[in-house]
Amino acid sequence: MDAIILQILNGLDKGSAYALIALGLTLIFGTLGVVNFAHGALFMIGAFCAVTMNRLLTLSHEVLDPTKKDFLGNPLKVKTPYISEWFGPETGAALIDWAVPLSILLTIPVMIGIGFVMERGLIKHFYKRPHADQILVTFGLAIVLQEIIKYFYGANPIPTPAPDAFRGSFDFGVLLGFDANTIIYPYWRLVYFGFAAMIIGAVFAFLQFTTFGMVVRAGMADRETVGLLGINIDRRFTIMFGIAAAVAGLAGAMYAPINSPNYHMGMDFLVLSFVVVVVGGMGSLPGAVAAGFMLGVLESFASMNEIKSLIPGIDQIIIYLVAIIILLTRPRGLMGRKGVMEE
Amino acid sequence: MSTSNFTRRGVLKTGVVAGAGLALPTIFTASSAAAFTNEPTGSSVTLGFNVPQTGPYADEGLDELRAFELAVQHLNGEGDAGMMNTFSSKALKGNGILGKKVEFVTGDTQTKSDAARASAKSMIEKDKAVMISGGSSSGVAVAVQGLCQEAGVIFMAGLTHSNDTTGKDKKANGFRHFFNAYMSAAALAPVLQKLYGSERAAYHLTADYTWGWTQQASIQAATEALGWKTVNNVLTPLAQTDFSSYIAPVLNSGADVLVLNHYGGNMVNSLTNAVQFGLRDKQVNGKNFEIIVPLYSELMAKGAGANIKGIVGSQNWDWKLQDEGTKAFVKSFGEKYGFPPSQAAQTCYAQTILYADAVERAGSFNPCAVAEALEGFEFDGLGNGATTYRKEDHQCFKDVLVVRGAMTPESEFHLVEIVEVTPMAQVTYDPEHPMFAGGQLGACNPGA
Repeated sequence: MDAIILQILNGLDKGSAYALIALGLTLIFGTLGVVNFAHGALFMIGAFCAVTMNRLLTLSHEVLDPTKKDFLGNPLKVKTPYISEWFGPETGAALIDWAVPLSILLTIPVMIGIGFVMERGLIKHFYKRPHADQILVTFGLAIVLQEIIKYFYGANPIPTPAPDAFRGSFDFGVLLGFDANTIIYPYWRLVYFGFAAMIIGAVFAFLQFTTFGMVVRAGMADRETVGLLGINIDRRFTIMFGIAAAVAGLAGAMYAPINSPNYHMGMDFLVLSFVVVVVGGMGSLPGAVAAGFMLGVLESFASMNEIKSLIPGIDQIIIYLVAIIILLTRPRGLMGRKGVMEE
Repeated sequence: MSTSNFTRRGVLKTGVVAGAGLALPTIFTASSAAAFTNEPTGSSVTLGFNVPQTGPYADEGLDELRAFELAVQHLNGEGDAGMMNTFSSKALKGNGILGKKVEFVTGDTQTKSDAARASAKSMIEKDKAVMISGGSSSGVAVAVQGLCQEAGVIFMAGLTHSNDTTGKDKKANGFRHFFNAYMSAAALAPVLQKLYGSERAAYHLTADYTWGWTQQASIQAATEALGWKTVNNVLTPLAQTDFSSYIAPVLNSGADVLVLNHYGGNMVNSLTNAVQFGLRDKQVNGKNFEIIVPLYSELMAKGAGANIKGIVGSQNWDWKLQDEGTKAFVKSFGEKYGFPPSQAAQTCYAQTILYADAVERAGSFNPCAVAEALEGFEFDGLGNGATTYRKEDHQCFKDVLVVRGAMTPESEFHLVEIVEVTPMAQVTYDPEHPMFAGGQLGACNPGA
């Protein structure tokens, strides 16, 4: 029982990342009709926003310390962060410690900007082209973005720790009446789950309860009619692209302490997120979120030794197996709408 | 009226005979002049450096390339000559190899066997490389070694740690300077016993490919010989990024040691996940829970950040060693690039120097002559102390380092500290050892 609870918890944070990426993907597909294979790269760029914030906060000036030697026997260059000089050592250290949460402030404008540039500069030229063309161009763009990040940050994973306050684990076992240390779960993963729930809630509220959101939803249902009413739906859809990019970026930034960012991390999530979108139903926001969490939890269960001993290799195929079953029984996915991707 | 005696059959016959006659001298010349593949005929000789320039091990590949470039400079008499000054063999004169200027071409393995074979093939066939070196993956090394054997060129393996490279997949044209999984286990076992005792229960997470399998088998055999139990061994896919679902079952498995048979990004992520799940703060069976990473690299330690502190593993070489060879290499490399070399860089530099030296001693680039010069070669001064290239399997035998993540790093480069230098005798094994059985070295292939 304790193992099952542990895997459910595990699946929730993985599902959170899938859900956030899939939410952005399906938002773009629902509004612009574009299959965006560069969406995983946006997740990766978000994670590197956290890395960048960490580097900005630790920008230092060097002073030679003649009492210490470097690896070549020369006087050691001692680095002191500017931020510690400006705000004092304690405040400086605290700001550096909280680099990941603070990176949200950097991630939102950067990702919205990247989203605008991507949509206006490249993707809008492919609205009326076949989906195969869109996939090719966005996949190519993803590789370009990856290589740019690798050029500036290298190929090695970059450790980006969570604040000290969130290191360590929460003992769920004691809370549920099990022995101590039987069900423990890292604090930062709990934070990630909460953060994902908040972002998902905010996106739904924005679309459901604002005039802007109402117009976007109307545009998703019937773009031409909304256009005939004199509303500039294209501009709103461009803004939605920026918002989708920001959601993916925020998902990546907050994920940085869970797995050290590397230039390839977007691709690792991309394929699974597409499966999530298809299983959830193309263009369905609730479907993407539900499928994200469902597949995250199933993937965790499939990694259990007991399951793997019954069906070896199940952890690698479970998501695709479930996708096949769902698409066979519900061809439009869990919550897919009629007419989407059916022309 | 004139008549012609030409017939179609006659013209064909004459053409065939004339063609064969014209081609005969060329065939004869070719077979007599090129006694082996890519025999250098001009004033230069080309070496092929096949490293991951893209993909997850690209940083390691770049460091290998830096070392290759430095070695070529030193061979050509440029720079301070680095470890050529401390190398026990004095055959190299700083005038290239056999008086020919050394040039090099590079290939990108992408850490994929097929891409690595394609780039090595191109360097051999198009660029006429007479030797191939490099690598950061055992799967790639085994594949390229096989190709070099078929093509008739020497393969001087870079970073490859699987027992199979000089075990079941060994080849007469292939040579490995780097240590292997068995040696890691032999070096680690006594230290693990000293640090953690003889009554331990180990849980292995293992990368699902040749290197992971052989390392896991080696560590399991060595630790069980100490009296440790092996609770479980779970194979993890190479493409895995989040290991939390593999770490969670460790919590209640009864194990008090987690062995991460992972390398590169896999290890960075699995160790990070293990620390996040509080394994290092846990007490099991009345003992502190411990994590072991049998194969270390500085780049992995850098990627793992603070999580690496206190984690025990093994290395082929470390820039903090105090022998004259290491000091000379660190000075050359550090002054050129601004940071100390990694163990991948050291093994690639050493392999290039060892190849060049063997050619000089053999007096020929013929791979069979070079192989003969390397077989059983005993040397010193390349950073690892006294070293022997064993004839039977082309594996180098030398001291192995047991290391631990630095608890209080003195600088950004001080990521690991040396716990013990395990003497060569302790890590030496019989060529017929079961973990290395199943393959034949075969005969040297000069190609052509």
